[in-house]
Amino acid sequence: MSDQRESLVHVRGLRKSYGDFEAVRGIDLDVWRGEAFGFLGPNGAGKSSTMRMIGAVSPVSGGTLKILGLDPAADGPAIRARLGVCPQDDTLDTELTVRENLTIYGRYFGLSRAECRERADELLEFVALTEKAKVKVDELSGGMKRRLTIARSLVSKPDLLLLDEPTTGLDPQARHLLWDKLFRLKQAGVTLIITTHYMDEAEQLCDRLVVMDGGLIAAEGSPADLIRDYSTREVTELRFGPDVMLADHDALAGKVEDLAQRIEVLPDRLLLYTDDGEHAVAQVHERGLQPAAVLVRRSTLEDVFLRLTGRTLVD
Amino acid sequence: MALAVENGRRMFDYWLTVYKRTWKGTMISSFLLPMLYLAAMGIGLGSFVDSNGTGALGGVSYLQFIAPGLLASTALQIAVGEATYPVMSGLKWQKFYHSMIATPLRPADVVYGQLGFIAFRVFTSCAVFLVIITLFGGLKSPLGVLGLPVALLVGMAVAGPIAAYATILDNDSGFAMVFRFGVVPAFLFSGAFFPVSQLPDWIEWLAYVSPLWHAVDLSRNLSLGTVNPLLALGNLAYLLTWFLVGTWLAVRGFTKKLIG
Repeated sequence: MSDQRESLVHVRGLRKSYGDFEAVRGIDLDVWRGEAFGFLGPNGAGKSSTMRMIGAVSPVSGGTLKILGLDPAADGPAIRARLGVCPQDDTLDTELTVRENLTIYGRYFGLSRAECRERADELLEFVALTEKAKVKVDELSGGMKRRLTIARSLVSKPDLLLLDEPTTGLDPQARHLLWDKLFRLKQAGVTLIITTHYMDEAEQLCDRLVVMDGGLIAAEGSPADLIRDYSTREVTELRFGPDVMLADHDALAGKVEDLAQRIEVLPDRLLLYTDDGEHAVAQVHERGLQPAAVLVRRSTLEDVFLRLTGRTLVD
Repeated sequence: MALAVENGRRMFDYWLTVYKRTWKGTMISSFLLPMLYLAAMGIGLGSFVDSNGTGALGGVSYLQFIAPGLLASTALQIAVGEATYPVMSGLKWQKFYHSMIATPLRPADVVYGQLGFIAFRVFTSCAVFLVIITLFGGLKSPLGVLGLPVALLVGMAVAGPIAAYATILDNDSGFAMVFRFGVVPAFLFSGAFFPVSQLPDWIEWLAYVSPLWHAVDLSRNLSLGTVNPLLALGNLAYLLTWFLVGTWLAVRGFTKKLIG
């Protein structure tokens, strides 16, 4: 770890409890200036609880948390003045216009009305909503609302942008549009922290990420590092059709076990982890097995997650 | 304190925008309804009451007897209306409070902003109503205009506790209770239309517990020139206590709900 890097979020032994339930059970991490950092994990992994603590709205239950070098318990408002937050639920005021949502939000940060108007126009341009400026938020599509929420989080020119599940519930086209905007922000030097349960999103956007499960960090690294460390280069997926039961899957797995470095038995398919997927397919056929469908693909973070937790990300 | 004022100022544009889009709708509930009461009770029923002699009312017309109380009741109803559904919307439906506390604003600031807006609504509505009352001849003395700050005070006395109550509800059905068992009985039995001494003792005592009775009593005594300084101070202290405790409860409720 070089000393030149500036830690915008410094976390050691961080915990969060709600009554008897411990949502975050002691995590360590640093987010460096200029990077896009991700929390990948299923619902209930503790991602959102962690984000709320980093957003300086939820008090920590234990451990150390420094945001922008400040203690959220003492300097919450000063920290929040420098953060942009895009929450999981859109908290837009649906009866106000698109532009009003931005100008009013800017006022909460103490910007003058003139600054708010100027920022609103720039940001509407950035998220391609200029034509919708005078429309009520009610009339926007889900993707447009997300874009507006992101624009709103940028009103104060934050040092650090927190995005909690930014594309959950959006159609593929809207997701790609949003990713493009986030990528441009990253290019502009904004530090991003993103939570997601989509591995493709994490791979697209994150320089570095942690895999969270059950309130703990299961692994940390760049997407490529994680795939290298926890999976193989390729994966061969074998499907045997609907009449082959899970029990049969176990038997079938026994027959091909030696063809791969590792095997995962899922309810609907077998995953063979190997560096040469096609070779594995040829050998499966040589052994007289007749899978109904075969797919050879490269490993993804989904495979990393499966390896680390024994479960798939999106059920 | 200075920070709270600065943060309150930052929310001003939000509330102004909200008011710009809702003020027409609020005209009906804020002015029309009290006007109808003023006309029906004060002038309609009033001419009937007055024709039998006004001795029981202390020698004033029925209109002048009820007008100060109607003003205070209007304040109460506006404050309760603004502290129920809008608060639940901010917390649960539109969640705009949640977006506010992601900025430098704190939950306490959000409460002050909301209460400030309620104060504005109560004050402006009651000011207009007071003008109408005056035009109808409902004020016996110029001191009656002091009913306006009293109306503001009773509005703020109930806004805090009701907003605090809104933070612990799961849905808006609990508000029906507030109106059925709080606002309506208070309106009818807090001495706006007849002296509470007419009531059975136990109801009379319930009326004294209600902040509205204190506002009605004070506001009427001011208008009729029958102020008893000690009693007036008691009225004020009681309303102020409701306001301070209620605001404290609201801050506690908002904090728990927004960052707990």
